[in-house]
Amino acid sequence: MNASKLKIRKTLVMAAIGAVLLALVPLVAPGYRTGLVTQVLIYALLAMSIDIMAGYAGRTSLCHGAIFGTATYVVMYFVTVAGGNVWIGCVLGVLAAMAVSLIAGLLAVRTNGVYFLLLTLALGMVVWGVCVRWTSVTGAENGLRGNVRPDWLADPSRFFYLVLVLSGLLMFAMWRFVSSPFGMSLAGIRESESRMRSLGYDTSRHLLIGFVFSGFVAGVAGALYALFNSFVSPSTVALAQSVMGLLMAILGGIGTLSGGIVGSALIVVLQNVVSSYTERWSMVLGLMFVLVMIFAPEGLIGTLRSRSGRRAARLAQTESQEGRV
Amino acid sequence: MDRRSFVKTSAAAFGGLMLSTHVVEALAQGTGPVKIGLLAPLTGVVAAGGKEIVEGFNLYWTQVGGKVAGRQIVVLVEDDGSNPDIALQKARKLVEQEGVAFLIGDLLANTGLAVAEYAKSNGVPYFMPVVAADDLTQRARVPNVLRVAGYTASQMSRPLADWAYRKKNMRKVVTISQDYTFGYEQCGGFAQVFTGLGGKIAGQFWNPLNTQDFSPYIAQIQSASPDAVFAMETGADANRFIQQWASFGMKDKIPLIGAQNFTDQSVIRTLGPEVEGIVSSAHFAEGNPIPATQKFVSDYQGAYKKLPSIYGFSFYSAAMWLAQAMEAINGQVEDRQKFLAAVREVTLTNSPLGRPVHLDAYGNPVYDVYIRQVVKKPGGGYWNVPLETYPQVSQFWTYKPEEYLKQPSYSRAFQGISKG
Repeated sequence: MNASKLKIRKTLVMAAIGAVLLALVPLVAPGYRTGLVTQVLIYALLAMSIDIMAGYAGRTSLCHGAIFGTATYVVMYFVTVAGGNVWIGCVLGVLAAMAVSLIAGLLAVRTNGVYFLLLTLALGMVVWGVCVRWTSVTGAENGLRGNVRPDWLADPSRFFYLVLVLSGLLMFAMWRFVSSPFGMSLAGIRESESRMRSLGYDTSRHLLIGFVFSGFVAGVAGALYALFNSFVSPSTVALAQSVMGLLMAILGGIGTLSGGIVGSALIVVLQNVVSSYTERWSMVLGLMFVLVMIFAPEGLIGTLRSRSGRRAARLAQTESQEGRV
Repeated sequence: MDRRSFVKTSAAAFGGLMLSTHVVEALAQGTGPVKIGLLAPLTGVVAAGGKEIVEGFNLYWTQVGGKVAGRQIVVLVEDDGSNPDIALQKARKLVEQEGVAFLIGDLLANTGLAVAEYAKSNGVPYFMPVVAADDLTQRARVPNVLRVAGYTASQMSRPLADWAYRKKNMRKVVTISQDYTFGYEQCGGFAQVFTGLGGKIAGQFWNPLNTQDFSPYIAQIQSASPDAVFAMETGADANRFIQQWASFGMKDKIPLIGAQNFTDQSVIRTLGPEVEGIVSSAHFAEGNPIPATQKFVSDYQGAYKKLPSIYGFSFYSAAMWLAQAMEAINGQVEDRQKFLAAVREVTLTNSPLGRPVHLDAYGNPVYDVYIRQVVKKPGGGYWNVPLETYPQVSQFWTYKPEEYLKQPSYSRAFQGISKG
């Protein structure tokens, strides 16, 4: 009991330090680099939403990019074409993302493993197909564009703080979600769905709720992305987007939640900085991915965690041998 | 994870972020180097074209010794990844971090549209010599976004329709095109003029990008027995269509005419006799015998060991265009309004086209457009040689701009086809 309280305190302290460090970003690195960190936070939300399903429920989704992009499309359409209020647009965007994840969830939660992967892949492709073909609404490849950010948010640092506060709240919510009894039941389903079912859990419903919650997070990220970019095109809902989110989660460590932040920071930086020096930046990314998989198969955060876990176990052992506990 | 390792990881992550982007905010006033931000798709689906963009652009600056109006020219190249999201991010980086005087580049319409939106919000001049999306100099034009040395998609295919109807007495044409906006616009330009003259579009086929097998389309085209087929394909699709058209034995049965990218050097460079005789229309023809064109072609060949494509040519001319504007204002590109006005006023007389080019009131060039045919090049290979010239073709053809802009943008559903 005491140990878990300590762990919670540790996590909160770490999160607080992280938040303070991030809050300093616009002061030390204004302009473009603040924009980069904003992007890191938005993609971190996407990666973490994927991690909720992949890491905790053992269901790797390949349609979260489409869920994310649905929100982006709805915000852009509502504001630039229909001329609506941006915040109502954001609410509608998140609702639309949740609707897509509800449909995808209803179809997919009864499957697992490679079938879940393929089903979500197909559903993501459907969303992409709609965005490419429904020219009159989505503008096909040309996409939708126009400034959607209200004037008081035009300043990059202000927008950054908005994203920081929102993503902080969502990350806290996700952390509470996965460490709640409900989150534990998802982990139980990951370990053995049949056992959970025989214990009386409605596993499909649990997975569906988990999926829609993760869709909600991806939707908020997508809506923020619309405000960030003032532009959306099919590449935002494409498979590559889902794969990138998943890659971020895997790099940081599946089932660690905070790994999504590290993975997102790595990939965004790589995409924007390394690519200025070499057009082979995707090769650098591939190489890094291979190295991480060989030397830190649980992802960067995952490996750090299990190392410190082993050290704690060792310490506890020596302490008990010395008879202090 | 304990506190120490957390601090370590976050320090590493942010250290990396900050270090890599060292601040060079030297906003040169007047005499320092002029920084130009060039966005080119060096990775992704159109990477081959992206490479030629960089080649053409740099060729001109090398020829003038890297200096214009006494100021050194520094070209900062960024990869837009053939992806609008990356293009946008790179545009921000070039403007906000590197402090470039203006942006130029991109190939695909969606990347250009994304960057144009950014330029609109920020006021930075943006030039797009290859991005052909009609609306960027029509319904959705932005004062600081100009199609310097570029063209709109529908602009180039209109003279071909006129030529087919009047000179070749074609009355019934079938179109086949890639199923995306660039295709709708090129086909729309052709179909509107052709049917406006009284011709008939007997069928329109839209093939998905990256079609491997054109045989079902070719069979349907054959059964429609048209006077000609108008093909709008780019890159590998163009390559495959031309080859399959020939291997189905259609080459001598139905005349094949095409949009300008269809027989661009980037396509026909690797093809053999199957391309011979295809007619297309464009402002640039690398096989034009006039000295201005041939000098450019041999310079380009000398530098890169290949004939120039539309990408290399357009960025070479764009560099020339911008250099002329810079000279006119003594290199003071920091004054954006003055610079944009100078760019608008340029009449480019010494370009490889050998004919004067200027922008219309909407920011799109007015060209003498050639009807050109692919013929064997002395010394091997094939190239486009002009057959006929349509002088002073603007993006509005013979229509009144105000009236033309009232009609919707071209799409699958709207091709401007007049009934009756």
